[in-house]
Amino acid sequence: MCGIAGIVALRDGLPPPDLRDLEAMVLAQRHRGPDEFGLYRDRRAGLGHARLSIIDLASGQQPLANEDETLWVVFNGEIFNYVELRAELVSRGHRFRTRSDTEVIVHAYEAWGDDAFARFNGQFAIALWDAAGETLVLARDRLGVRPLYLCEHGGRLWFASEVKALFAGAPSIPRAFDPAGLAETFTFWTVVPPQSVFEGITELEPGHVRRVSRDHSEDRAFWTPRYPTGDASGFSGPIEEAVERVRAALEGAVRLRMLRADVPVGSYLSGGLDSSLVAALGRRVKGDKFCTFSIRFEDAEYDETPYQRAVAALIESEHRDIVVRREDIAAEFPAVVAHAERPLLRTAPAPLFLLSRLVRDSGIKVVLTGEGADEMFAGYDLFREGKVRRFWGRQPASTLRPRLLERLYPYLARSPVAQRAMAREFFGRGRDRPDVPGFSHQTRWSSAAALHRLFTPELRDRVRRLDVVERLLSALPPEFRGWSPLAQDQYLEVRTLLSGYLLSSQGDRMLMAHSVEGRFPFLDSDVVELANSLPASFKLMVLDEKHALKRAAEGLVPPEVLRRPKQPYRAPDAMSFVGPRAPEWAADLMSERAVASAGVFDPRAVERLWRKCQVSGGGEQFSNADNMAVVGVLSTGLLHEQLLARAPGRGTGLEFRTVVDRIGEHPAVASGSGATRGV
Amino acid sequence: MTIEQRLRQFIIENFYVTDPAEVQDDTLLVTAGFIDSTGMLEVIAFLEEEFGIQVADHETTPENLESVARMAAFVTRKRAGSSPPGGVEAVG
Repeated sequence: MCGIAGIVALRDGLPPPDLRDLEAMVLAQRHRGPDEFGLYRDRRAGLGHARLSIIDLASGQQPLANEDETLWVVFNGEIFNYVELRAELVSRGHRFRTRSDTEVIVHAYEAWGDDAFARFNGQFAIALWDAAGETLVLARDRLGVRPLYLCEHGGRLWFASEVKALFAGAPSIPRAFDPAGLAETFTFWTVVPPQSVFEGITELEPGHVRRVSRDHSEDRAFWTPRYPTGDASGFSGPIEEAVERVRAALEGAVRLRMLRADVPVGSYLSGGLDSSLVAALGRRVKGDKFCTFSIRFEDAEYDETPYQRAVAALIESEHRDIVVRREDIAAEFPAVVAHAERPLLRTAPAPLFLLSRLVRDSGIKVVLTGEGADEMFAGYDLFREGKVRRFWGRQPASTLRPRLLERLYPYLARSPVAQRAMAREFFGRGRDRPDVPGFSHQTRWSSAAALHRLFTPELRDRVRRLDVVERLLSALPPEFRGWSPLAQDQYLEVRTLLSGYLLSSQGDRMLMAHSVEGRFPFLDSDVVELANSLPASFKLMVLDEKHALKRAAEGLVPPEVLRRPKQPYRAPDAMSFVGPRAPEWAADLMSERAVASAGVFDPRAVERLWRKCQVSGGGEQFSNADNMAVVGVLSTGLLHEQLLARAPGRGTGLEFRTVVDRIGEHPAVASGSGATRGV
Repeated sequence: MTIEQRLRQFIIENFYVTDPAEVQDDTLLVTAGFIDSTGMLEVIAFLEEEFGIQVADHETTPENLESVARMAAFVTRKRAGSSPPGGVEAVG
């Protein structure tokens, strides 16, 4: 895993990229790749790389070129099927100098052009500079595991794995929040790429390739999620066969992620089905000395220790864990936001930040995680809720049908003050139109969007004119309406929360904060294609979530893990920031001065919110809205302070292992210059 | 202050409303997103404390509680000792 950066001139007459700018960009993301650093520069383009060495430790340095040094690559991620691709390319006459997956990228691109990316089974952000054709090609993996941010500024395209590197490379880039990005965050819980929360900065969409030449830039999808559109187009075998194939595909996905590494691979273990299954399969590949890592919570409500211990005992892993307290979340939250680089509505990333530190301190660089299972195999309550609401919507006047909601949310049935009628009002919204796209997500989106009332009047005005839900739903693929309702819900979940939040704020960013690479067997190309091809009823059988996956996991994980009700991963939210042990900076950020300076929220509204929190004094009962509001205001304030208000740091003094500086040469005739040198 | 004013002030404070004009007497507070299910408990606690009434489970309905006007009418009826309409039958 690594950090990449680059600067490419979009017009003629500009001086060459400044090496100091490239160095500042690499340094700003040093945490992503602390092992080695590299630079490439010619008259039009510069590339920078910070390496976390995992495959081919001795010779996988970047930037790396093809045989005649006309095509240069910097790359963040892994191509897990690089061994197979390499063999195929060798048989086509390509010559390789290294054993790295990086070199496979340049040759695959030479052989297949943009079609190469769809052949990669992996997680990647790639920048290829065709020095001869003066064309930049950027690509990002199917589901957006690895980040890639872009900014056009001063006649150049700047790109990097993290936003802070763009600001460090070009401190003259204006730094401000983008209203559309804020509106999306306070609706979907995340921005939806290419939108970012920063004005003028975009994110390359997952599964897309961008081709940039002089005065021309074009994005194209090389992959999008697809689901069956009729009985004939998906998996048509019996459930038993589906279960067999799911298990085989997962075994293959885990094997690939365990073996394609020249360093030991461990696993996260939450105590839920997904990571337990991944850890169990990983242990089978690894044999002895397999490390598992868990988060425990001092607050019993969030804790899953007994399940974690049961799995660790069964698979005989070397198990390590950390106990997270509210004050730990508060103490780390500023660093968490600095890494996430976006407002958060939940503190759930904070424990994951602490967990990756534990992994690093244990001497492990790579971990498997269970992320993606809930999206691919339909694990979320939201899918079940959508199904019940649609069932109800077919007979909107029924008083019997909404009672199924109590199956999903048992608290409704035992609620002391009979919130049931109110809940029915809430969940019943829009039920007369259950076929509109986004039906299942409406409840969640509108709950978060209710927080727009905290925005300043100016921002609310702007946000009102930007209907971000409409923007998302009007850009759906044409085949969307032909998919099953569950598939539609899965697609929207993948587009929004998986890519933008789970793989980013709870994934890449928290892992990379401590130079740890996450690997995601449930996002393996074969696993995803198989899961997407299954009939909806195999995934969500009546209301049994992840039905096929649970059956595939039988015998591999403890029965109590298989049978337990799904527990969403949560951490103490607002309560981490109030009460006697609350951090001082939280009160400062809630002050009128700080809120006004960030310019996003109305100071009076925030004052009311904060006063309400103080009155409850760290009590347990914060509503969902209060939790999102407190965490959202604090994280936005931190982001403003750290990334927007403060001038970006411009470090120097990196020791570069690889420097290819071709200033003075004409790139097209520089072949075989062998310019690589240590500094 | 009228009952409506007291209710409105509570809602503006407790649900951190920026623009008080958004809380009209007939604004549907759950539908508009100001109040979620936990928020409704806060409203009920306020009604009991502030107006000295008891809110029974079967009275916890949108018909009684979803807007300032409905809450005010509910409080008035309760204080007058008349039994307010139960609204729709609770689920389950």
